[in-house]
Amino acid sequence: MTPDVPLIEVRGLRVGFHTSGGTVAAVDDVDFSVRTGETLAIVGESGSGKSVMSLSLLRLVPSAITSGEILFHGEDLLAKPAHAMRDIRGGRIGMIFQEPNTSLNPVQTIGDQIVEAIQLHEAVGKAAARARAVEVLELTGIPSPKARMRSYPHELSGGMRQRAMIAMALACRPELLIADEPTTALDVTVQAQILDLMRELKANSGAAIILITHDLGVVAEMADRVAVMYAGRIVEIAPVTDLFDGPEHPYTIGLLSSMPSIDGDSDTLTPIEGSMPDPLALPAGCRFQPRCPFAIKRCAVEAPPLETVRPGHLSACWRAPLLETLTRGGQQ
Amino acid sequence: MTRQLLWRLLTSIPVLLGVLLVGFLMLQVIPTDPATIIAGPSGTAAEIEDIRRQLGLDAPIMMQFWFYLLRVMQGDLGRSIINNAPVASELVTALGPTIELMVASLIWAVPLGILLGTLAAMRRGQVFDRAVTALSVAGVSVPAFWVGLLLLQFAAFRWQLFPLQGRGGPLWTLNGLHHVALPALTLGLIFIGPVARMTRTAVVEVLGADFIRTARAKGASEFRVVTRHALRTALIPVVTLIGLQIGSLLGGAVIAETIFGWPGIGRLAVGSIVSSDFPMAQGCILVLACGFIVVNFVVDALYGLLDPRIRSKVR
Repeated sequence: MTPDVPLIEVRGLRVGFHTSGGTVAAVDDVDFSVRTGETLAIVGESGSGKSVMSLSLLRLVPSAITSGEILFHGEDLLAKPAHAMRDIRGGRIGMIFQEPNTSLNPVQTIGDQIVEAIQLHEAVGKAAARARAVEVLELTGIPSPKARMRSYPHELSGGMRQRAMIAMALACRPELLIADEPTTALDVTVQAQILDLMRELKANSGAAIILITHDLGVVAEMADRVAVMYAGRIVEIAPVTDLFDGPEHPYTIGLLSSMPSIDGDSDTLTPIEGSMPDPLALPAGCRFQPRCPFAIKRCAVEAPPLETVRPGHLSACWRAPLLETLTRGGQQ
Repeated sequence: MTRQLLWRLLTSIPVLLGVLLVGFLMLQVIPTDPATIIAGPSGTAAEIEDIRRQLGLDAPIMMQFWFYLLRVMQGDLGRSIINNAPVASELVTALGPTIELMVASLIWAVPLGILLGTLAAMRRGQVFDRAVTALSVAGVSVPAFWVGLLLLQFAAFRWQLFPLQGRGGPLWTLNGLHHVALPALTLGLIFIGPVARMTRTAVVEVLGADFIRTARAKGASEFRVVTRHALRTALIPVVTLIGLQIGSLLGGAVIAETIFGWPGIGRLAVGSIVSSDFPMAQGCILVLACGFIVVNFVVDALYGLLDPRIRSKVR
């Protein structure tokens, strides 16, 4: 595979639901791509559509109307028949969920659940699959992995459950790992351990990661690139240092300034005024425009496309590049 | 788990005592005097008094109950007033056919109910789902005696597909199956509706759970998701329901056995009550209560088998 071809490329993805109030687009015209070995973080508030989007990559959203293209190694996942999709799920693309407490089957042992994941994709015997399961459990740093194979989820702590979950997702050595808020339900100290683990596993396996999170701290620690989602759309996408140093989109600026930092002055914390729009009554033009301090007339009329501001840095804002525009106008 | 089950066994002792007491008292309240019945219409007052003394009926009630308890503990349930046969052995003879009938009803009704409920849950809101719902409502609403009589009238009498009455031998013989078919169908029909409905509700709920999504994300087929992941959790409330419904099944057995002349406990109970055969009636009540206790015990054991969380909670 040439290094220029992305591992996964999403083009014009829309995910909608029929509701009593009409059709709601939870994800609206999203484009992005991830290269082998890269970590892309997708950040946004709850309701921004990031979870639905991550689930729809594997076509795991029931009763959703999905359109666009999800090209995995150049093949459209949305066009694949169900059985081909099952081979990819858990085999070439693994997934980790937010709630390790409820995402593991409560009536099966950890071992059985990992063995199932292995045997669904590889023609190996029970014994070989168990040996492999112990191996991946060991990789995740669970103490006495052999004994944990016989444990039920309720017998483990939250952190251990998430390790088991990660072991299950990695059991078939996927090329891409989708992690939907993998640390949100965990204690802070355990969060750090799990993030370390994911980084280490990624370095060893060379897998790409799509990391869904609302935690900018996690983003700073893990990501190579960041996509910021707002109301179903990607508003900005950039390499991680670039995004933190020079955010372009007003929403990203708002997100960053509403995040406390250890050395920063707590007085400078500024929340974003207003709230996320109702998905049934989205504003015309730019969806952030009603809350945006920099909005101009055009913003309420026409939705801005996601365009390159600097190399590798894309923003969906009519006033981009924002800093230059503001200094040139000599105002704020 | 073992401790919990042992505790369960211990607590069933007071239940049994209660059953014995209620059965005993019920017969005290009934305004018929066994001694008069035994003496017959030609019995003199002296003869009746004599029989009363022989039966211990002249002792105070508490003493009578105490003697009754002692006898029961020795396995002596008395003798039938009607034919003087030992109650215990009559009960043992009748217990076999009743268990047979229960097994023959449950063995098709429970799997079919679970299957219908599961398929309905997988096709939620579609025609099949509605049909199953309608069927189970009908199954719950139609009384067993009516279904039984219809089957007797048409399947057995008019079309002569099945024998009218009685038991034709053990279940593994063709004749035995032929005879058990109609009563087992009648009894099973009481069961399918509730089992199907409960299974449907439970499976629908479980299919929305996070761990089902995980199973799908692992690449499991929908069939595997349902059979390996959803059903086992969903079966917990279904097992509870089946345990509770065994009570109504015992009631249904009385009806089905009476309609189809099945020589089981149900028919024995009805017969003994109609003929004021008190020792026999008491024995029947005792056996039915024991059946209920055993079923509850089995249900408790099944919980632990189905759900490891219950197993470890009481360890």
